[in-house]
Amino acid sequence: MDFNDTPEEAKFRSEVRTWLEQNAKLRDPASAKAGRSEKSEAERLVRAKEWQAKKAAAGYAAITWPTEFGGLGGTPIQSVIYSQEEASFDVPRGFFEIGLGMCIPTMMKWATPEQNERYVKPALYGEEVWCQLFSEPAAGSDVAGLRTKAEKDGDEWVINGQKVWTSGAHFCDYGIIVTRSDPTVPKHKGLTFFFLDMKTPGIEIRPIKQMSGDSGFNEVFFNDVRVPDSQRLGDVGEGWKVSLTTLMNERLAIGQGAGVDYEELLKLARDTELENGPAIKDSNVREKLADWYVQSQGLKYTKFRTLTALSKGQVPGAESSIGKIVSGPKMQDLASFAMDIQGQGGIMQDVDESPMSGAFQNQWIGAAGYRIAGGTDEILRNIVSEQVLGLPQDIRVDKTVPFNELASSKKS
Amino acid sequence: MDFDFSDDQKMLKDQARKFLDDKCTLADVRKILESDASHDDAVWQGLCELGFAGAAVPEAYGGLGLGALELCVLAEELGRSVAPVPFSSSIYLAAEALKLFGSEEQKLAWLPKIASGEIIGTLAATEGAQAPSPNSVKTSFSNGKLSGTKIPVADGETASVAIVLVNTGGSGEQALSLAVVDLTDASVTRSPVNTIDPTRGHAEIIFDNTPAELLGNEGEGWSAYKRVEAGAAVLVAFEQVGGAEAALNMAKDYALERYAFGRQIGSYQAIKHKLADMYVKLELARSNCYYGAMALSSDASDLEIAAATARIAATEAYRFAAQENIQTHGGIGFTWEANPQFHYRRSKLLALSLGSASRWKDRLITELEKGNVA
Repeated sequence: MDFNDTPEEAKFRSEVRTWLEQNAKLRDPASAKAGRSEKSEAERLVRAKEWQAKKAAAGYAAITWPTEFGGLGGTPIQSVIYSQEEASFDVPRGFFEIGLGMCIPTMMKWATPEQNERYVKPALYGEEVWCQLFSEPAAGSDVAGLRTKAEKDGDEWVINGQKVWTSGAHFCDYGIIVTRSDPTVPKHKGLTFFFLDMKTPGIEIRPIKQMSGDSGFNEVFFNDVRVPDSQRLGDVGEGWKVSLTTLMNERLAIGQGAGVDYEELLKLARDTELENGPAIKDSNVREKLADWYVQSQGLKYTKFRTLTALSKGQVPGAESSIGKIVSGPKMQDLASFAMDIQGQGGIMQDVDESPMSGAFQNQWIGAAGYRIAGGTDEILRNIVSEQVLGLPQDIRVDKTVPFNELASSKKS
Repeated sequence: MDFDFSDDQKMLKDQARKFLDDKCTLADVRKILESDASHDDAVWQGLCELGFAGAAVPEAYGGLGLGALELCVLAEELGRSVAPVPFSSSIYLAAEALKLFGSEEQKLAWLPKIASGEIIGTLAATEGAQAPSPNSVKTSFSNGKLSGTKIPVADGETASVAIVLVNTGGSGEQALSLAVVDLTDASVTRSPVNTIDPTRGHAEIIFDNTPAELLGNEGEGWSAYKRVEAGAAVLVAFEQVGGAEAALNMAKDYALERYAFGRQIGSYQAIKHKLADMYVKLELARSNCYYGAMALSSDASDLEIAAATARIAATEAYRFAAQENIQTHGGIGFTWEANPQFHYRRSKLLALSLGSASRWKDRLITELEKGNVA
């Protein structure tokens, strides 16, 4: 039992490290937690595309992809080693994860060789950015309840409807979309999947202002958007099957929450004076701090167990499914408690006045969304209980009924 | 990265599991619950015959000379089967204290007998309904004689040797020392004490000018005691993880078998989410236990922090699994005939036997304040 690399892993790590040192600057740990950048998104995208091209040319942009798609043909543990090393460098992040983590793997499985020839490499090199168009106003956790219509018209399909929560749609070049092509059959059977050019006439993108004030997501409206049948992925009515390829990759693509944790809370507790002395001497503060420390360590060592399985060439066990269930509520509760420690002053969300530039307040707001994005706490518990523990699915009323006869809050 | 037990250690675990599945079923545990026996001697002797009691005792003292990692895998299986045996008293506490602080003579005198299972050892620290501390330990030791009362002492009725936390005079932590005592001496009076978990015998022990000798240096008993506790905390955490997994499985089996309102109760989210939470706590605890095992086996400088982390997580996992297992069973779960009570009792026993979670959280933060982060 040890944390050491195997000789092959150590060799790969050192190669990666050398390459990173030659091509990127080390990150300044002090500014890392703030999570806000002074540069505009457009400027950051330009920088991200440059970095992506370098990374792809070196083979590190898609370590586990087969070489015929421009990957390195490497192992999952090599991919993890790269991420571990890259984490200490100041490189742009946040533009290509969905495209390369979810969209392109779906293309690789379902598109024609000619299409992959055309689209995979530009995505890998950051020349074209991809987004995923699944969620709808009336189809969140129950994404198969989507209503965006696709109707066949000659060699084309005409798409009408609305998608929502589309990360990056405003700067993306292409998207993958799942639509309802037949509302008269049960819901999972009437779906059809496409990829499309986000500049196609009839697509309108509007940013969603989140309660944090940020806008990372969009609503995307489709008004008579025409897509050639050649851009259909999978058979007509087989869209759910194609969607599962994408969704299986979602939990891999969406990382664990960063942000303020017990270390920052420990510092706050040391620096804050309560009525009876420093907060760190308060038994309630100590108990909470211990609980969150223990959870953080539990998550860290759970990851190490997963890495061990990968390192041995095994498929990681179900333990990797627990990360988001634990980290979402922990981020929220820890931030809320840190604000309590600040007393009446905890209401301030102010870069100059709040401890750590308001990082706890920012996280308290943001964590409410983190517990929902990419699978709510509740859906994740269903997944654990069904897929890990083998408990039965809930009784379903929507499996055999034609979609257009289902009860719903809003008919489109 | 090799954050896992070795194949040999897993084989040892399987061997222990097979033996316990066969000889230590819940029906066997129930016999101890319903009798006056302090432990199940057939199971205990069987474990000793397999060499498990001496697994981590060096060969020079009659053991197998394996390490802490081997004890960890055995502990998980003992916890899973709610084994009514004096393993933790004799091995995690007495044998480990002798290994760490005993003189050569003391090791030669006691370790071979403990390793073979010929005798049982224990550790006697608590004096009534409060945690032992430099302020509360009254049992005195001077001129080679020990006097005072320890209660409750795990396996106090059947043990032949005890490591005793004693007051040797002076103030604060320096007042405490460890002593080793032959419990078969005529001056020792012992009587059973009722506890929340009768599957593990406990006793009151009264010492009256009982011959004893110091274990380790005088005045260093408190830090020695805490070091022994930290090691035992890792091992008990593995028992807690084994128990929590067994309780989760019991709840899951029942949720699949029991129907209400025309369907399996395991199809309701109220039950599914409860069981998912049991699983999440269990996996966090298991991961923290692995790190505790690594720190214990290398006697790492962060053992205190690793032990506290493992113990806090494992205590929480077992508490939740044991209590919610009864809840999942509904009324039948509260009957004497049903099995959930074994985990409910054992989870609280283990949660308290080395000190409460609050105390360990305080120990953990004390270490973090020093800047020691694992």
